[in-house]
Amino acid sequence: MNNRLKRIIAGGIIFAATMILKTDNELLELALYLISYIIVGGDVVLKAIKNILKGKVFDENFLMSVATIGAFFIGEYPEGVAVMLFYLVGETFQSYAVDKSRKSIASLMDIRPDYANVKRGDELVKTDPDEVKIGDIIVIKAGEKIPLDGKVIEGNSMVDTSALTGESVPREITAGSDILSGCININGVITAEVTKEFGESTVSKILDLVENASSKKSNSEQFITKFARYYTPVVVIIAAILAIVPPLVIEGATFSDWVYRALAFLVVSCPCALVVSIPLSFFGGIGGASRTGILVKGSNYLEALAQTEIVVFDKTGTLTKGVFNVQEVHAEGISKEELLELTAYAESYSNHPISLSLKRAYDKDIDNGHISDVEEISGHGVNAIVDGKKVSAGNFRLMEKMDIPYYKGELIGTVVHVAVDNVYAGYIIIADEVKADSAQAIRDLKEANIKQTVMLTGDTKNVGTKVARDLGLDKVYAELLPGDKVEKLEELFSQKSAKGKLAFVGDGINDAPVLARADIGIAMGGLGSDAAIEAADIVIMTDEPSKIATAIKISQKTLKIAHQNIGFSLSVKAVVLVLSALGLATLWEAVFADVGVTIIAVLNAFRALNVKKI
Amino acid sequence: MKKTFRLEGLECANCAAKMEKAINELDGVKEATVNFMTTKLVIEGEDEKMPVIIEATEKIVKKIESDVVMKKA
Repeated sequence: MNNRLKRIIAGGIIFAATMILKTDNELLELALYLISYIIVGGDVVLKAIKNILKGKVFDENFLMSVATIGAFFIGEYPEGVAVMLFYLVGETFQSYAVDKSRKSIASLMDIRPDYANVKRGDELVKTDPDEVKIGDIIVIKAGEKIPLDGKVIEGNSMVDTSALTGESVPREITAGSDILSGCININGVITAEVTKEFGESTVSKILDLVENASSKKSNSEQFITKFARYYTPVVVIIAAILAIVPPLVIEGATFSDWVYRALAFLVVSCPCALVVSIPLSFFGGIGGASRTGILVKGSNYLEALAQTEIVVFDKTGTLTKGVFNVQEVHAEGISKEELLELTAYAESYSNHPISLSLKRAYDKDIDNGHISDVEEISGHGVNAIVDGKKVSAGNFRLMEKMDIPYYKGELIGTVVHVAVDNVYAGYIIIADEVKADSAQAIRDLKEANIKQTVMLTGDTKNVGTKVARDLGLDKVYAELLPGDKVEKLEELFSQKSAKGKLAFVGDGINDAPVLARADIGIAMGGLGSDAAIEAADIVIMTDEPSKIATAIKISQKTLKIAHQNIGFSLSVKAVVLVLSALGLATLWEAVFADVGVTIIAVLNAFRALNVKKI
Repeated sequence: MKKTFRLEGLECANCAAKMEKAINELDGVKEATVNFMTTKLVIEGEDEKMPVIIEATEKIVKKIESDVVMKKA
């Protein structure tokens, strides 16, 4: 690479000097041009010869050698050198750009920890994360990367998760918190017990995912490589015909004129500019997305995302927090506090989310000595004796079964009716909270031209409808069993156009079949959830549904860049081909069509990496 | 069986496409992908034919871009 640059400079100087200081001595002129040609392009010609001996024709070295040597033969010395010179400038620039892009993505993903401080007796031993075992005790000092997933035993600190999530607000951790590898410990010293081996740790999973992304190729890339396969031979054949046929057929046509036109064809026939700019664009888009905490598992998914027409959401854990909280306590005949206390006690034996939220709302220790005769009635609720009182807590079916009149008005959320000694004592409403950015997420999707937003939920109709109305979703299907979700998805498939895509957004925990069935499966909250990372095509590391619109916008931008590059390179090449066939374009234009287009396309591809203002 | 290699010095995108096509045409290869940007080559092929496949792949890589070194990833 450095060598190539030196040759370009040295050859370039001799070439420029020869052109400027015109000499009348033709032989000297030819000698000087030849010297600069050999300095610049000797390597290319050598490679071309080697390749031909190996049975490989039509490669770039061959095309460029033929074109430039041909130029010398018909007496166009400056063009011969110039074409070779610019070709190499283009190559140098291209490999610099590719290298830079590879490095910038690698630095983006510079989350691999180098070592772990493992506690062995009283000593701390710097160990390769690969060799640390589950149960080992590690110490993470301020400023260090967390090497393996674990649980904090001692210490308080803030951790920076931005390398994984794009989220700049640090997380607070204390004893008992789970810590994830790849995050950076900002201030305190923490001691933690390792819970996962390195290969299973978050950082390994993410690196694996990113490194293997884009092995699934986009349609644009497949199109362009296929195109290149035919383009080069076709152009070369036309060049051969141009050089031979017209001088024989057309009166007064000279070989040197038509050979010159054919040489221009050879220069334009190189396909690399086209081929390199497409993967470069997608690579940039995927890299840019990962910087904002959106992991895309392949160029094909990034491409499909731009064609999304319908976005289907799961409700719980996706648009809502998935954390149930007591929203309202309505007591009849007893105080609110008493109602909550009795209900929390009665439900205290269960681990159901509803019981947990009651316990959380009660927020005092529950003394098991006060409870006896707990009887759970599946699908109804629970009966228990609390401090000598018979407490019945459950849904309306329990009240009906026990013949207790209860409040029948419309209530939104999960309602726990309570009776004390067979007398109705009121109800408690428990509901899931909508995430802060859910409404914004739906608005952003509309702005990104998504035709339909749909929510699927296993929750009741009135809860589903309320959430959908609050967020501005187009459609909601409620009271679905897990199996029904796939069925609904099939129904929605028929509502999109043939080219349009359907994306499903879930938390990856129990919606794997739906994630798999959708054109694009998007999982939320990927950080720390292996299930989400494995099941989905696109993983959003944070819990923010608004990132879906961001992902779609990145995808649309990337695709636009890729299409611009295809359109631009093909049309410039086509125009130059026609002009050279007509004898209107010189080798200079042909070189521009090859090198200039490469440089412009590569620079354009670089824009895909910039996702800050999306 | 899936094997992953790194193609060090891969500089030409069209060559990467040519390699991919040629490797896919080898006997016993189920799927081969050459990722130009990550310079990764992944070959999925029949277990017993894998040594032959790898040998043939090395030849293809050398023929198409002689500066590329194929390394085990």
